[in-house]
Amino acid sequence: MRFILPLLAFLALAAVLALGLQRDPRALPSALLDRPAPDIRLPLLDAPQQNFDMAQMRGRVWMLNVWASWCGPCREELPALKVLAGRDGVPLAGLNYKDDASQARQLLQRVGNPYLASAVDAAGRIGMDYGVQGVPETFVIDGEGRIRYRHKGPITAEIWREQLMPVVQSLRSVK
Amino acid sequence: MKPLLLSLLLLSAPAHAADALDAREARLATQLRCVVCQNQTVAESNAPLAADMRREIRVQLEDGRSDREVVDFFEARYGAFVHYSPPVKPSTWLLWGAPFVLLVAGLWLLLNALRKRSSSQDSLSEEERQRARRLLEEDDVP
Repeated sequence: MRFILPLLAFLALAAVLALGLQRDPRALPSALLDRPAPDIRLPLLDAPQQNFDMAQMRGRVWMLNVWASWCGPCREELPALKVLAGRDGVPLAGLNYKDDASQARQLLQRVGNPYLASAVDAAGRIGMDYGVQGVPETFVIDGEGRIRYRHKGPITAEIWREQLMPVVQSLRSVK
Repeated sequence: MKPLLLSLLLLSAPAHAADALDAREARLATQLRCVVCQNQTVAESNAPLAADMRREIRVQLEDGRSDREVVDFFEARYGAFVHYSPPVKPSTWLLWGAPFVLLVAGLWLLLNALRKRSSSQDSLSEEERQRARRLLEEDDVP
């Protein structure tokens, strides 16, 4: 009888700790969810004398993919992004994060360019405005220019189908 | 002599300002968490993002922003998680209060246990008392 209370206390502690272990401490929600997407006033990768124009994206549900040629998972997701964005008609823009512009251009030439346009964020300052923690990262932005979803890590066909497209479709139907 | 002093003062004024900025930058860097290497502060971490954050702290302080504004800047981008020590608010009351609650509960248990022990020790029967007294008195007789 005198062991019942300590035993219950132990079981309760074990349950709390077991629950804690199930959680991923890296799965931080974006602080920018439902906030206006920060302005990207940066030169284009293909045409450095021109600036990226976010106003062009108004009224459309689009995605911003943060990438770099030095990042392995980014290189791997490029072909899939091209196919998926093309198939589902999602305008996809790139934010080339802390990269060497000529290497970035070479990579896109070699494996194919999934982006309508890529903005060059050489210092990573715009990435900071988006709360980027690591590349690749992908944001879904609605027709009014608000961030509605953030995916960290590479995109696969499965993630595209089960996480990103449901958000895109629900935003499209609101319009 | 006076012009010399004056020029020394003028020379040292910017140095003082730079020292003050360095101190504020260092203090802010220890208050902010590196979001990619979660158990390190921005000051401790070698991650490129932490270096970017230190540079940004510096730039903002040089622009004349207050410490509070700099912390708010990072909180708006990375969430409340960037505070290395979590702020005291309703959702963190348990976190901050739990050690004190546990301390009070522990003290209470300890006091109870001590009280129980001391009361059980003092349970000699009348017979035992008399015997003890007798033994003690016997010892007194030479």
